[in-house]
Amino acid sequence: MDASTKIVIHGRKVVGGVAEGEAMVTHETISGWGGIDANSGTIIERRHELVGQSFKDKVLVFPGAKGSSGYSHFFHLARVAGAAPKAQLFNKMTTKIALGAVVTRVPAMTDFDRDPLEVIETGDWVKVDADKGIVEVTKRAPGNS
Amino acid sequence: MKLNDAEKAMFDGEQGRAKQKAMDLLVRYGEALGAERLVDVKNVAGTWNAGSPAMKPFAEKGMDTVFSKFNLDSDEVVETPQAEVYTCQLIHGIDTQNAHVTGVAQEAVERQKQAESYFGKRGVAMFNTCTPYQVGNVPVRGEHCAWMESSAVVYCNGVLGARTNTEGRESTGAASITGKIPYWGFHIEENRLGTHLVEIEVDVDDMMEWGLLGYSVGEAVEEDIPVLQGIKRTPSMIKLKHFGAAAASSGGVEMYHIPGTTPEAPTLQAAFGSKKPRSSIKYGKAERKLAYENLNSSAKSSDVDFVMLGCPHNSIEQVWLAAKMLDGKKLSPNTQLWIFTPRALRDTAELNGYGKMIRDAGAHLMSDTCPAIGRVMPKGTTVVATDSAKQAHYLPAIMKCQTWFGSVEDCVNAALTGKWRGSIS
Repeated sequence: MDASTKIVIHGRKVVGGVAEGEAMVTHETISGWGGIDANSGTIIERRHELVGQSFKDKVLVFPGAKGSSGYSHFFHLARVAGAAPKAQLFNKMTTKIALGAVVTRVPAMTDFDRDPLEVIETGDWVKVDADKGIVEVTKRAPGNS
Repeated sequence: MKLNDAEKAMFDGEQGRAKQKAMDLLVRYGEALGAERLVDVKNVAGTWNAGSPAMKPFAEKGMDTVFSKFNLDSDEVVETPQAEVYTCQLIHGIDTQNAHVTGVAQEAVERQKQAESYFGKRGVAMFNTCTPYQVGNVPVRGEHCAWMESSAVVYCNGVLGARTNTEGRESTGAASITGKIPYWGFHIEENRLGTHLVEIEVDVDDMMEWGLLGYSVGEAVEEDIPVLQGIKRTPSMIKLKHFGAAAASSGGVEMYHIPGTTPEAPTLQAAFGSKKPRSSIKYGKAERKLAYENLNSSAKSSDVDFVMLGCPHNSIEQVWLAAKMLDGKKLSPNTQLWIFTPRALRDTAELNGYGKMIRDAGAHLMSDTCPAIGRVMPKGTTVVATDSAKQAHYLPAIMKCQTWFGSVEDCVNAALTGKWRGSIS
């Protein structure tokens, strides 16, 4: 695929704003308390597919939140520590992820017309305009990781 | 989101900056959810602690800074008002009476005591437990609440039939001083119906079995609402406490039904209402074995350094059970045993002499926290044993230790012998 090929998907604003960055995609839900290290934004859940990787400065694309109600506090602490993602795109709305997204204070969206987990791959460049409800995905060139 | 006149007035600052900031958060949060309005709540359970290392730089500027930033998500520091509605403190990081056992620094203990005193005077009841329902906070069926602590939320919804979503530190902070929370999710009747039928083919009776069932079901349904069919014996509070905590850890279960037992499901039909189960899940021998193996997958060495009981916090009968098992015996010199119970029940346990029985064996009776929340374990611990699926789920990640999961008997035996010998047939 041509590296300049862009895919546009539409969704609903959860937290407003515009941001862009490299995508970090997981098909597994994320736990805040007990699931991330807030200082580095690293996934620490032992059986998680992204264990050991950090979402700091990435556009985090994931199904949603799970686990403890400490979720929002840990994403809040990640923001305070400068380890927040650039933006968050998720599918399943829950109170945990809504509050977590609000206190992370980075652009966040949900309710997409195409499943971002199918469209976006780790390494793609993703521009999120939550105010307009638009996500622009530039596919990573093959062989370029 | 639509606000009524009283809410608008608060939003516009007519009741002071703190409530204005609280309404600002609730509106941001409600709009993120897609909620249409707020609902009145008169029962809030959250956290106003300041003992954790992350809170230190903020607590040094005063408790209003902690409150503003972490209980309201407000950059502006506002004065903490009194709680507007019944509010209690859940479990937090420090057992202020046992710092000599946990090794928590005195300055952190003092910080936590300051927070307890500061927020206590403003109407936050310092229950200091993940199980407020064990010490008098028992909302009635249909009551709208704003609770955090996943094991308490699932108990509140499933067992009590009161209505709460899984709230967080910021939303409970705002709810406490406004008496408001977004009307969304489990506040709405139709969202409380079952989604998945769990057909249970094995006998689920003792504590460990309820933990395994919860761990398996949580992983299978994630955030959905399981309906348990095939429970032959009416479970007690402590078993449902265990089940919910496990299901909320492996998945995100916040509501469930046991037809004939839990209040919103007099029958199987009532559990699903007009909806059909989205899927049917089997819980048989294979699923039970897999849950046990998953819970024990981090453990390799049978030399146990540390045993913890009391996640969620033990009831007084669980403390009594452990005390009896320890009475007249001594722990292995290589192993420590900590037993956690709510602060108020710890007083009862002392009154009853259980505390002394536990200490005479070389173990400790503790409160206010747990190893996972407080990030505390005996120095040098590499191998843990616990009867809690929740703790076994989180400790390997949080404390980087091997963790065995088993029955209370397996755990107490490990504490007495220093060896893990647990297994299931």
